[in-house]
Amino acid sequence: MNAPLTEQAAAPERLALARTAAATLVPTNAADWRAAAQRVAQIAAEHADDVDRQARFPAEAFAALKAARLLSAMVPERFGGAGLPLSDIAAICEILAHGCASTAMIYAMHQIQVACIEQHGSAVPWQQHVLTQLVEQQWLLASATSEENIGGSMRTSACAVEVEDGRFRIEKMAPTISYGAHADGILVTARRTAESPASDQVLIVALLDQLELEKRGRWDSMGMRGTCSEGFRLVASGAVEQILPTPFAEIADQTMLPVSHTLWAAVWTGVASDAVNRAKAFFRAQARAKPGSVPLAGMRLAEAVGLLQMMQARLAVALDAARAAHRANEAGPGADAPLSASLHFASDMNTLKTSISSTALQVVQEVLMICGMAGYKNGTEFSVGRHLRDLHSAPLMINNDRIAQNTASLLLAQRPAGPGRA
Amino acid sequence: MKDIVRRILSESARLDVPADSLADDADLYAAGLSSLATVHVMLAIEDEFGVEIPDHMLTRRLFSSIDSLAAAVTELQQAKATA
Repeated sequence: MNAPLTEQAAAPERLALARTAAATLVPTNAADWRAAAQRVAQIAAEHADDVDRQARFPAEAFAALKAARLLSAMVPERFGGAGLPLSDIAAICEILAHGCASTAMIYAMHQIQVACIEQHGSAVPWQQHVLTQLVEQQWLLASATSEENIGGSMRTSACAVEVEDGRFRIEKMAPTISYGAHADGILVTARRTAESPASDQVLIVALLDQLELEKRGRWDSMGMRGTCSEGFRLVASGAVEQILPTPFAEIADQTMLPVSHTLWAAVWTGVASDAVNRAKAFFRAQARAKPGSVPLAGMRLAEAVGLLQMMQARLAVALDAARAAHRANEAGPGADAPLSASLHFASDMNTLKTSISSTALQVVQEVLMICGMAGYKNGTEFSVGRHLRDLHSAPLMINNDRIAQNTASLLLAQRPAGPGRA
Repeated sequence: MKDIVRRILSESARLDVPADSLADDADLYAAGLSSLATVHVMLAIEDEFGVEIPDHMLTRRLFSSIDSLAAAVTELQQAKATA
C-alpha cells in the first residue's frame, strides 16, 4: 500500500532534480522566507473573506505555500527541507495570520505534525521517507487526537491499534479533524494495544492512500471557518513502522504541546497585529480630518499597541524557553536532573497559551472601539468582525480553564530555589 | 512506611495498575505515573510525613519507585530530627 512512497524515495535522481528546480525559486535565508510568507499572506488576504463566508479550505493560499515550498520549511536539510528553527516558523505563522487566520492556523497545525515526526521518528527509515516525500510533494499533514466519548482530553484514547503480521489497523471516531478532507497524511493517537489503559497511547502516521475517511459532521462555526474542522470516522492501516516509537505521553510533553502553544500564540499575535494596523489607519484618517487635535480613540490605540508589544515579548520569551528545553531533551533525560525545570517549562507553555489567547481578544476589542461602526461592519478596510470571531476560538482550543487548573497543579511543585526570579 | 507510600500512590498517583500490585522497586513511570501526578504524590507525602521536599531532591529518580520515595522520606525525617 505504501509502494508509491518507497518507489519515489528510491529515485534519488528525481529527488535531486526536484531540489535543483526548487533551488531557483526557493528562499535561502530567513529574510527571504519571511518575504515569501508575506507574498502568500497577500494571496491569503485576498480570499480570506470568501474562505470565511463559505467555510471553505483556503485553497489559493495553500497552492501558494506549496509553490514557495513553505510546507517543508521546518524539515531538516538532510531530508531536503529548509531546516528552519521554531522561531522562524513562528514568524511565518504570524505573517500568514496578517492575511488569513485560518490559513495561518492550518499552517501551524501542519508544522506541529512535522515536528512530531522529525523529533520522534527520524531514526525510522519509513518516517524518513515521509519527511523526504513531504519535501518533494509538499504534503499537508493533519492530526486526529480527539475522540468521541473521551471528554476532550488529548491524553486518553478509547480506540486501540490492532497489530497482525507486521501490519496495523486502526478505527477512530474523531469529532474533529481540522482540514482532514484536504490532508495528505494524518497523525492519529490510539491505545498501544487492546489491553492497554486509556493513557498508554501511541501516535501513528497514516498516509492518504491508507486512509478511509467518512465525514460525520459539518464545520459551521463562529470563526476559523476555513480550517474545515469536520468530524470523521477514520480507518487506517499500514506497516507497524508507521507507529512512532516514542510513547505519545512523551511526544505530547516534549513536542506537541510546546510547539502547538508557541505556534498558536504566533498565529493569534498575527491576527491581533493585523487588527491593530487597521486601528492605526483609522486613527490616522481621523486625525487628518481634524488637524491639530488628537482624536478620542488615541488612548485606546496606545493601550492596544502596548498590549500587542507585551504579546510579542511574551512569545519571544517562550521561543527562547522552547529552544532551551529542546536542547535539554536532546541531551537525554537524566534521572537526577531536577524535575522543577520540566515542570516550570510546562507551566510556562501553559501560561503562554492562556495569556496570549485572552490578550489577543482584548486587543481586538480595543480596536473595535477605535474603529467603531466602520470596524463592526463587514467589507470595510477597518472591519475586524472576522478577527474577533477567529480569535474567540483561541481560549477554547484546549480550554483555558482546563489549562489554568493544570498550571495551578504544576505551581504547587515549584519551590523557591533562592532569592531572585521565581 | 512503604505501605503508607503505597496507599498514597493508590490515592494520588492515578496509575494504570493497582498500587497494591507494585513491587517496592517497580518502575512507577512505567506504571503510568505522569508529571502532573508526581505533583500530587509529592504533596500527599509532604502532608503525611510532615516534611517538605526541597527543590534539589525533586528529580525523576525520586519518583522512580516506592523504595526511592521511602528512602527520601527517611532522609528528610532524620534531617528534621537532628535540626
